[in-house]
Parts: sequence; structure tokens; C-alpha cells
Amino acid sequence: MAEKVLMKGNEAIGEAAIVAGCRHYFGYPITPQTELTEYMAKRMPKIEGVFVQAESEVAAINMVYGAAGAGARVLTSSSSPGISLKQEGISYIAGAELPCVIVNIVRGGPGLGTIQPSQCDYFQATKGGGHGDYRNIVLAPNSVQEMVDITLLSFDLADKYRNPVMLLGDGALGQMMEPVSFNPPENKIVEKPWAATGLRGRTKPNIINSLHLKPENLEKHNIHLQEKYATITANEVRYESLHTEDADLILVSYGITSRIVRTAVEKARQEGFKVGLFRPISLWPFPSEPLAALAKTAKAFMSVELSAGQMVEDVRLAVNGAKPVYFYGRMGGMMPNPNEIYEQILAVLQAKGDK
Amino acid sequence: MSEIVFKAPASLCDVSTHYCPGCHHGIIHRLVAEVIDELGLQDKAIGVAPVGCSVLAYDYFNIDMFEAAHGRAPAVATGIKRVHKDSAVFTYQGDGDLAAIGCAEIVHAAARGEKITTIFVNNAIYGMTGGQMAPTTLLEQVTTTSPYGRKEDQAGMPIRVSEMLSTLDGAKFIARVAVNTPGNMAKAKLAIKKAFEIQLRGEGFTLVEVLSTCPTNWGMSPVASMTWLEKNMMPYFPLGTFKTPEEVVK
Repeated sequence: MAEKVLMKGNEAIGEAAIVAGCRHYFGYPITPQTELTEYMAKRMPKIEGVFVQAESEVAAINMVYGAAGAGARVLTSSSSPGISLKQEGISYIAGAELPCVIVNIVRGGPGLGTIQPSQCDYFQATKGGGHGDYRNIVLAPNSVQEMVDITLLSFDLADKYRNPVMLLGDGALGQMMEPVSFNPPENKIVEKPWAATGLRGRTKPNIINSLHLKPENLEKHNIHLQEKYATITANEVRYESLHTEDADLILVSYGITSRIVRTAVEKARQEGFKVGLFRPISLWPFPSEPLAALAKTAKAFMSVELSAGQMVEDVRLAVNGAKPVYFYGRMGGMMPNPNEIYEQILAVLQAKGDK
Repeated sequence: MSEIVFKAPASLCDVSTHYCPGCHHGIIHRLVAEVIDELGLQDKAIGVAPVGCSVLAYDYFNIDMFEAAHGRAPAVATGIKRVHKDSAVFTYQGDGDLAAIGCAEIVHAAARGEKITTIFVNNAIYGMTGGQMAPTTLLEQVTTTSPYGRKEDQAGMPIRVSEMLSTLDGAKFIARVAVNTPGNMAKAKLAIKKAFEIQLRGEGFTLVEVLSTCPTNWGMSPVASMTWLEKNMMPYFPLGTFKTPEEVVK
């Protein structure tokens, strides 16, 4: 285990990207992720890396498209309104099957909203976001250490599947400081024979493209993409569960919210209530099968989110009507406290007639 | 003993063209390919195609290519060039792509002094989408979205891109050329060559604007289009070199 250092979430992501071999960052300042942009501005020149502050998020993601297509490990980051602007480029990157890592440190919306933490970008992150039939791999850490570990993992997954990987954090995770260690990555540097690097001895040009004018060709490309997404779904589901084996009520929660929920679940257990926590780490692919399996033993589920209820739709799809699915959420940058969640647990258990 | 004195450039593919009769894209493609050949760049040239009539440029150039989103080619080229600093990176863009939706990208690539070359094809109209008004459409010019002719009080004046970008310190070579006569073609090729050479010397951003015809959307024969270009476009978009590295060093 490497030495622990105290770091802010946003900066920890930047250092982890560098450890992962990323030497190209293109971004644009936006609260509450700006420390990441600033960190890369400071660090990249010291390691002969490239930092470009783009004129907009639109330009930044297209710089990512160019660098990824040219074969580099490349990072960009933003927060909600900026990610909306990046969606055009993300669709093209998905269409051209380019690997890159995109960090979204979510703030409250819609519109300009607030700079406080939120989880209101779940739909946008997991359901495509841009135009066309495509998916991003979406991973949601709940600690600064996990922001490091997931950043390292994200570069490997991006290269493995030639797909964008989004690290979905929030303003709280981005701003908080925790001790972290940078465990050596598996360092799966892969050959990229498809990259457009200049011919350099090749006889056949490499073309980075998402245009398929003939319907037959575009359908074939889309079928190929869907097969890739099925492979990712089969191999890359990640989650964590706590006290779920005998739980009557399972709370489903991700990211910063899962830590608040965990405190409430532990309190409920101490009070003798059979309550558990299921935490999706991969939001896409969503851990539907493990949740469906838990529906055989649990009596009810409750999704707790910093939104009006977005992930709860995936929970309902997974549970598929087998058991009731409840929802509790706060919006606009409001964070629930553990007692608030505990009260919700009691309310659901009472509604179910268990206590 | 026979000797080949004229042949197709190695950097151009031997394929049929999709461009309309009388369109200048074919000539401009060829000039770019000739320059790539002559400078020995086929092995390290990377091109970026736009959205517009030349969206399929990657089907014609026998080099590594990208297809960019509408207007974003300069940003894509920035990403490429920052990875492969020794490459010869160029964007090939039309007036809708570069002067409308991609105006921010081209201005800031030039302002950063991004070491890329832009071939900017100006035909004063949107070609691919079927003849709509472009930022370069002339006053009183009739298009499908200026059916009564472009009016200044409604749509403003056409943008002179070369002059505008010449005000930026990062732009090191800016020239406007045409390919309507053999003489102008030779001048256009020299400008394109100079732009690539300045890029390869690492001096900064370079752009060659090429005035071009669009017989299909102008609703004219190719010959009449040439006359219209000379009589209407050239007075508003004068040919010439607007910026050279010498002028940058004041």
C-alpha cells in the first residue's frame, strides 16, 4: 500500500489520471470541479504533459475527440451545465468508438441551478445524454479514495472497450478532503492500431469517423455497438452491499448519498430493524441482476437520491414489480441528514406493517 | 525513353467524385494533395474533414483523416496536434462550418497560435443542406433562406474571415486565393504550400481561404458561376496575403 496523502477529491482525480498514464487534459473551468482543471494546469507542464484551457466545453470535448483518435489517453472534466455542452462531442466519440475519460462533478439543475452537490444528472449520464443509440460506462465513487481507484480503472475500461467512461461524482465529493493512496495501476497500456497517427509506414489510412450514410452500414455499426454494450453489461457490473442478506427493506443509494444512507442503515440495525444498503458503483451497466436476486428475499426497496427520482426508475426495472419500490430525494443542493433517512426507513417499515 | 511529367498525387485516392459538376472542391483537394506530396508529408499528414459538402474528404485523401462534428474541426485538430507534434495537421472547412457554427473554434485556434493549417473553402452559400444563406452570403444574394436577397438590416453583412483572423497575433499566415484560372490555381497552391511550411516550422496558425463556386445552389452553369465569382465575390472578398510571419514580427 502506497503512502497516504490528504487530497481534495477534484485534485485526487487529476493525480490519479496522471498515474494512469494520461498526459492530455482539455477542459474549461466550472464550479464545483474547477480545482481539477487548475490541478492539471499546474501538473501537466511538469511532466511534459499537455494542458489546454479550451474556449468552451464544446471545444474541449472535441479536442478530446482529436487526441483520443490520435491514440492518447485523454481526460476532460466539467460540471452539469458544461456536461450538457459536451454531449454533442460525447455522441461523436461514442459513434467513432474512441476511449476517453469524462469527469462530471454534478451540481444542482436544471439550467444554471446551483453550485451545490446533486445527483440530478443520472438520466443524462446513464441514458445516453447526446443523440443516438449509445451508452457511456458510468462509475460513481463515494469517497476520495474511490475517486482515485475509479479514475485508474476508467482509463483501462475506456481502452478495453474503446468507449467513453464517465466518472459521476458530485460537488461534495469534489470539494471534500480525505486521505488517499495511489496504488500502482494495472497499467494496461494497449496497442491502438486503429488510431489516426499519420500513416508512418502504414499503407492503409486510418479514418476516425461516425458517419455511415448507407442505412445498411449504419444499422450494422449500431448492432456492433449494441453487442459491445451487452459485453460490457456482462462483464463490468460493480456494486457493494451491506446487511442485505436478511434485510426486509433495502435502501439503494450511490455516491455521496450512500454514505449518509449507510449511517441511517446502521442506526436502524442497532434499533433492531432488518434494513440493508445496496450501492451501485457502476450506474451503467446498472446492477440489475443482483437487485433482482435480492427481490426474492427483501420485502421492499427504497431509492435515496439527490434528485427528483432518477435511479429509482432503474431500481423499478430491476425489481420488475416483484416488490414495492419507494423513493426519497432532496433537490437543489440540499443534503439529507442520517436522521432524515432514518425517519423515512421507519415510515416505509410502518407502511409495510412490519413494525 | 519516356518520362512521366504529370500524374495523380499519391496523397489522393483514385476514386470517383461525388462533387457537383463545376464545383471547385476537386481542384482544391488536388492542390492540397500535391502540396502534401511535394513536402513529403504523406506519412505524417493528418486531415480533419468538416460537416458540409466536403464531409467525405476522407474518401479522397490517401492519408489518416478524422471526420469532425459541424464546426469543431479546429478543436479536433488541436487535440491531434497536441498528441503528434511532428504531424502536419490540417482542417478542410466550408463557410457554414467555419464562419457560422464553428466561428468560436476557428477564432480560438488562431488566437492560440495552434500549429495547424486550415483550408477554408468559401462559396458564399450552404451547399450540402441545399443552398441556404451562409455568413459569407453577399448582400442581395438570393438563397433559400434569403429568398428576397440578403438584407443588411435583417442579416447583417458578410463576414470577411481572412481579414478578421488576421487581427489575431496567433495567426501567422492568412491568404485569400481562388482557383478560377490556371494562374490563380498556381497562386493558390503556393499559398497552401507556404501555410504548411509555416506550420511545420512551428510558427503558428495558418489559413488559406479559397473562393469557390457552387453552380448547383447558385442556379448557374459552371461557366456562369466563374463569372459570378469574379464579378460579385472578388470585389467583396479581395484576393491577397493578409498576414505573413514577417508582418507578425513587428
